[in-house]
Amino acid sequence: MTALVLLEIENGAVRQASRSAVAAAGAFGTVDVLVLGHGAEAAARLPGVTRVLHAEALSDALAEPAAALLADIASGYTHIIGAATATGKNILPRLAGLLDVQPIPDVIAINDADTFIRPIYAGNALATVRSSDSIKVITIRGANFDPVASEGGAATVEAVAFNAASQVNAAELLSVNLSTSERPELESARVVISGGKGLKDAENFKLLEPIADKLGAAIGASRAAVDSGFAPNEMQVGQTGKIVAPELYIAVGLSGAIQHLAGMKDSRVIVAINLDPEAPIFRVADYGLVADLFTVLPELESAL
Amino acid sequence: MKVLVPIKRVVDYNVKVRVSADGSGVDTQGVKMSMNPFDEIAVEEGIRLRESGAAKEVVVVTIGAQAAQDVLRTAMAMGADRAILVKTDETLEPRAVANALKAIIERENPGIVSMGKQAIDDDMNATGQILAAKLGWPQATFASKVTINGERAEVTREIDGGSATYGVPLPAIITADLRLNEPRYASLPNIMKARKKPLETLELSSLNVDTASRLTTISVAEPAERQAGVMLNSVAELVEKLKTEAKVI
Ligand SMILES: Cc1cc2nc3c(=O)[nH]c(=O)nc-3n(C[C@H](O)[C@H](O)[C@H](O)COP(=O)(O)OP(=O)(O)OC[C@H]3O[C@@H](n4cnc5c(N)ncnc54)[C@H](O)[C@@H]3O)c2cc1C
Ligand SMILES: Nc1ncnc2c1ncn2[C@@H]1O[C@H](COP(=O)(O)O)[C@@H](O)[C@H]1O
Repeated sequence: MTALVLLEIENGAVRQASRSAVAAAGAFGTVDVLVLGHGAEAAARLPGVTRVLHAEALSDALAEPAAALLADIASGYTHIIGAATATGKNILPRLAGLLDVQPIPDVIAINDADTFIRPIYAGNALATVRSSDSIKVITIRGANFDPVASEGGAATVEAVAFNAASQVNAAELLSVNLSTSERPELESARVVISGGKGLKDAENFKLLEPIADKLGAAIGASRAAVDSGFAPNEMQVGQTGKIVAPELYIAVGLSGAIQHLAGMKDSRVIVAINLDPEAPIFRVADYGLVADLFTVLPELESAL
Repeated sequence: MKVLVPIKRVVDYNVKVRVSADGSGVDTQGVKMSMNPFDEIAVEEGIRLRESGAAKEVVVVTIGAQAAQDVLRTAMAMGADRAILVKTDETLEPRAVANALKAIIERENPGIVSMGKQAIDDDMNATGQILAAKLGWPQATFASKVTINGERAEVTREIDGGSATYGVPLPAIITADLRLNEPRYASLPNIMKARKKPLETLELSSLNVDTASRLTTISVAEPAERQAGVMLNSVAELVEKLKTEAKVI
């Protein structure tokens, strides 16, 4: 069996979510990876990777040519794997469509080559499913697989050509608007502090920043905080946002709706700060403080 | 131009589902069902495209049991023009749904298929992408803004680090993210009017498409419950616990 992992590269490095996908792929035997655009050198240094296939002319921003290339090279593989990120979820189901297989998204555990566990109903149930497809197309939840290291491997790099890219009926990328932040990535941060509607406005949401600075934490948000414009969309944690499982998750002024819990309830230690003792977030919290966040946050900042 | 909106009837998002005693699935008996929230957004987007003059007709389609008629009526009460129920009592996987939708699309020839990014029951986030692949159409998933310029849509998509804007030749598949719009409520008069709008029913088998399952569900289990935690009285106590007990800071 050989698995192929679609890697995502960010600032010249392989994203942690992709390194988790490489770790998961190890369960299936030999691991090859595909790099679209830059980053083949970084990919070649991943431990456990045999071959790096490098399609320099393509980009993971465009699903149509990326999926078409994957479909072209798929026949050599039993498993084609990506991270369960916005990029992975854009490209891999399309590949599954081209191969006429049923994709297996958000895998959190691998029982054997055909059998996988994945959450359904916002994580309120875990389904064990067996696939009868000859090529399994899978996305992996990074939070559930320890990533391989960034260094230590020495894979060979082979260029792959995809001449038909211009013939694929595809969307065209016009512009990209990335938030710049000095803070760690949400999905890989050791500590996450998230704010909700209780912070009341965008100005107050900044109260989380000095604490995040002190803890080296990433900042997250509930959907309500995003909808109210306190925080940008990419900070959303939950069923339809990012899935995180840090060592420490601090939930401030958010109620803990099922959809939010879906994104953070596997964190190791959860702290909840909320005025309402009945807030569902307390049911998953290891430590709860029923208090006004506007008094707690400044106190916390000076106590750290 | 016609907009086709595939919608799914799912367990309402406010319901906390329970795994059935025999571990074969989740209990849906007597549970409140609604239109998938992302599909409401996709319907709303279709209606707005018609209201702006970019589209002429909004057609909603569901593949499901007879009872799924109610979400079609809801969509028509919101403003969709007509509905198609592709009837089946089987639970279909995204691949199978995409095959059925493809057959409907080949009949209806929409310029845009506006659909949800994810059904909140199976959480697959796959049907739109599979369908786009099968049709050979471009896709714009996780859309947070859509504008139409003639033969092209301009779509802003939510990506991992922010957002990105794409030019998308039509016809295309667009899948809606939560931020795309806020769906309207159906007013009572519109609910009454929707009862008279056309709803066509056809049997899934009449489409002659492959709807076999490729995944077998072996079991469904409850996730591990977290241990109940402790309530603290002060920030000082919290910091102390995090340092000495949890050892996370
Ligand atoms: C299809 C779908 C998908 C969704 N996906 C997500 C998702 O991925 N992530 C997500 O987060 N949500 C998601 N939601 C939304 C979710 O259902 C909730 O609406 C949302 O999480 C609520 O956000 P909140 O907790 O910030 O707001 P609220 O529920 O309004 O909670 C605010 C909390 O702040 C507390 N508070 C107020 N003032 C103070 C104070 N001074 N001090 C301390 N506490 C205070 C209140 O007691 C309250 O508990 C989704 C919804 C749908 C329909
Ligand atoms: N049975 C169905 N009938 C109509 N549309 C569906 C059906 N299942 C899924 N869809 C559409 O596909 C989207 C994504 O679903 P999924 O891939 O299952 O997460 C939904 O938001 C709907 O727009």
